Amino acid sequence: MISLTDFLVVSAALFCIGLFMVVSKSNAIQILIGIELMLNAAILNLVAFGKYDRLNNGGQLFALFAIVLAAATTAVALAIILNVYRRYKTIDPNKVDKLRDE
Amino acid sequence: MNLVQMLFYVMAFITLASAIFVAVSKTLVRSIFMFFITLFAFAGLYVLALADFVAITQIVIYVGGILVLILFAFMLSGRETLDALQKQKNQFISANKVAALFLAAIFFIVLLNMVLKVDADHLPWITNAIKTNNVITPTSITTDNIGINLMTRYLLPFEAISILLMMALVGAAHLSRKEQTL
Repeated sequence: MISLTDFLVVSAALFCIGLFMVVSKSNAIQILIGIELMLNAAILNLVAFGKYDRLNNGGQLFALFAIVLAAATTAVALAIILNVYRRYKTIDPNKVDKLRDE
Repeated sequence: MNLVQMLFYVMAFITLASAIFVAVSKTLVRSIFMFFITLFAFAGLYVLALADFVAITQIVIYVGGILVLILFAFMLSGRETLDALQKQKNQFISANKVAALFLAAIFFIVLLNMVLKVDADHLPWITNAIKTNNVITPTSITTDNIGINLMTRYLLPFEAISILLMMALVGAAHLSRKEQTL
């Protein structure tokens, strides 16, 4: 069978790719994709450990909860991005630096 | 090396390669469509971790819902700004990216060190689970058990998350509405 260490290494690599995207991109949608990648890496860990909990299904159920939370986060984040675009005409997080209205 | 392990390595390779492509791709649409493949490969990894229900949920919610949402947001924000962004990004390509790469590489080294030190296959609770036969086998049916657990043991988080999801969706609909003077 596949060992847990393999899953952990794969998900660590994916988490770091997501981290790279979050830090380096200058486009809010790409940063959001990076966050989704990091979330998915964490969910992969939950699922991999959930194999050793047949009766309570703790890992798999919390993976499901995390997926739902990610969906809610994405919906709200995209609504915020749309609003930011409407106000500032840009979605570069480096350029959105005013709290007050123009 | 048996077939399952080979499939795992193929899936891991597809996931990592497409994720790297998403990270380095210059055009936004291409990276979004490549993210489709990453999420499908994630679902494959979940199947190999014997979590078929989570894999189906991943396909339904992520590929069917979240990615379409991201595409919508991309299409609603204007094309000309994105082009301007990409032109500008090419100018200071080095300093920003090198720092991010450095950070990610160091973090990866730390994580890898931790993973190899913790030796996850011989943790006490995992050996205990193997001893008491509390392990999901490829032939066991898990979906029934998930449904029962969702309605008994995890009822409170289930209800809390349903309320949170409703609040988030109402909030998102309210935020993205066109502002109108009352």
